[in-house]
Amino acid sequence: MSDAIAIPGFADPVADSQRAFRAVLDAMARPGRIADLGEGLRAPAPLDPATAAVALMLADQETTVALDGALRDAAPWLSFHAGVTLVDDPTRAQFVIASICPDLGSLDAGTDEQPETSATLILQVPGFGAGPGYRLSGPGLENPAILHVQGLPDGFAAAWQANHARYPRGIDVILCVGNRVAALPRSVSVEQL
Amino acid sequence: MTQRADISGGTAATADGTAKRRQWMSVLARASADEISARLEGCGTLPDCQILRGPETGLVMVRGRAGGGGAPFNLGEMTVTRCTLRTPEGTVGHAYIAGRDKDAARLAALVDALMQDSAKAKVLQARVIAPLAAAQRARREAIARKAAATKVQFFTMSSMRT
Amino acid sequence: MAYVAVKGGERAIDNAHAWLAEQRRGDTGVPEIAPRQIAEQLGRAVDRAMAEGAIYDRGLGALAVKQAQGDLIEAAFLLRAYRTTLPRFAYSLPLDTGAMHVARRISATFKDLPGGQVLGPTYDYTHRLLDFTLEQEASPPAAAETETDLAPMPRVQDILAQEGLIEPDALPGADDPGKPPADLTREPLSFPAGRDARLQALARADEGFVLAMGYSTQRGYGGSHPFAGEIRMGEVAIEIEPPELGFAIDIGDITLTECQMVNQFAGSKTVPPQFTRGYGLAFGHCERKAMAMALADRAMRAAELGEDVTAPAQNIEFMLYHCDNIEATGFVEHLKLPHYVDFQSELENVRRMRAEHEAAAQATRKAAE
Repeated sequence: MSDAIAIPGFADPVADSQRAFRAVLDAMARPGRIADLGEGLRAPAPLDPATAAVALMLADQETTVALDGALRDAAPWLSFHAGVTLVDDPTRAQFVIASICPDLGSLDAGTDEQPETSATLILQVPGFGAGPGYRLSGPGLENPAILHVQGLPDGFAAAWQANHARYPRGIDVILCVGNRVAALPRSVSVEQL
Repeated sequence: MTQRADISGGTAATADGTAKRRQWMSVLARASADEISARLEGCGTLPDCQILRGPETGLVMVRGRAGGGGAPFNLGEMTVTRCTLRTPEGTVGHAYIAGRDKDAARLAALVDALMQDSAKAKVLQARVIAPLAAAQRARREAIARKAAATKVQFFTMSSMRT
Repeated sequence: MAYVAVKGGERAIDNAHAWLAEQRRGDTGVPEIAPRQIAEQLGRAVDRAMAEGAIYDRGLGALAVKQAQGDLIEAAFLLRAYRTTLPRFAYSLPLDTGAMHVARRISATFKDLPGGQVLGPTYDYTHRLLDFTLEQEASPPAAAETETDLAPMPRVQDILAQEGLIEPDALPGADDPGKPPADLTREPLSFPAGRDARLQALARADEGFVLAMGYSTQRGYGGSHPFAGEIRMGEVAIEIEPPELGFAIDIGDITLTECQMVNQFAGSKTVPPQFTRGYGLAFGHCERKAMAMALADRAMRAAELGEDVTAPAQNIEFMLYHCDNIEATGFVEHLKLPHYVDFQSELENVRRMRAEHEAAAQATRKAAE
């Protein structure tokens, strides 16, 4: 079992997590833009390096994390390197790390008084640039952006719009592929092309 | 509800093994980097270990109990430095030690890993753990003796009783 | 409250900082003091900075004292700021002061308690005469030693508990894993504040404030006739249970001072007359703080014990909102920041009121003529 932690985390925890944070910040500020996290982190299967880096950077001993079934093998690595508390029930997690998009409406959307307590979905998808296209508009976008993502479920745009309508409550999504991330903050409006 | 991953390093699975490991980890936690490395000299070449985590400094929130034995409360934090490494043979060693001494944490994790190898444990116990434990006990006993010297020996003034 | 965004003054600030650094160093003809010397020779200052900075690390405490030129509130402030840069790895298991390696342990309620009255390194019996021999470097003679065993000393409360004369320690449900103790470093203070939050706030509170409030209870502002049941100071082992290990490990020792105050309690409809307790626990060797904390803790339990809440020390909101010297200093000292616009409007207000006042006075004088 000790093999699970044989893969180190960030080589330089401060600089590497700052770099990952900057990339996610840029992706959040400009929905649809794909940010590169760079090489460097060896991720434990089945996590992509970007998924692993975002999890290490955002989650810590104080946060609850749920992993979906397909990613469960990464649990020991995450709990060791990020110190996270793993929970089985995604509706009670502050970070949901998944490869299959869960029902957005079931996750913790925060409260009107404290919308910042909502869950963040870190969703590992097969690819950007191919697959269905989505038109994004809203804060941070002077003109609508187009993002092609593989692996989102049918009806994602409608589910997203229900999430978007709850603003200021709602889920934020960080999409991860390989070393790259894109983000869907709850403030953005999504329409399938 | 919470899942716990078994990544302890493996060998200390028995109750007796755990008790022994707790004992040597507690001795290592109280030793400085210089003290450990001085004791490690003459224990042969040390393996080249892969660092899995740290050494890194963080905090432990210290909890007390209301009234000394009641419900827990958060007293305040303390610094702690931890390190996890793996020997070429694959044994994982852990260290969590009070303070900010990264070298001490790395050396403590190394000794923790080596101590789990029964072939090496005997020598390390004799040359590293036992002398460190003896020095720590001597320090503690010196404080206890000084405290004992300040213990009040009450005597009753018999003339005042009559 | 409003602030004006002002630009400029950067050079003045840089120069002020440079002067501060020069002043901190003082006369370069005098050897510079090292944090290690502060840790060794000004240990009580380090203890206070650690207790009020709410972080135990003697090296950091000494550095903060040096950087703050001995201003202990500034030192505590530096420590509070520093701790925010560190990740939290774990919570300790609740520590056991009964297993303390005692350097000092006294009781004012039982003369012949098991383990005896151990004075330890105390100022209590000094004559408070300035010792001019300390003006010179000197090595004091070694402290006396007496052979002893290392048996832990039982707590005084356990003696009274045997007769049922004192309130019990562990109430049912005290260790509710579903409800972790309040943590002021994570959640801001809210009311009603439980005893867990109150004890945390007091442990990091300003010693002077807690001392004054504890003193006020003795002088009749919410008094309940306290006895120092037990005071103990020494080293306690800290244990954590890292998930990757799955068992508890000992990470080292910290020095703590603990005080149990024993107070009379007249009883209530459901509880017979008995002794109640106030509790003090703080980092380092800080007996005055621990004793005052125990008095304040007991005073804040007034409502819980069905006593009248009349005095400031019994008023939980008053106590907790004003005990933290970092918060207090922030709010008091913010008054020196520019309030130019605020004051300008006040100035106009006062001028207008004076004009009205003058006009009214003139009208009165005219009417009287």
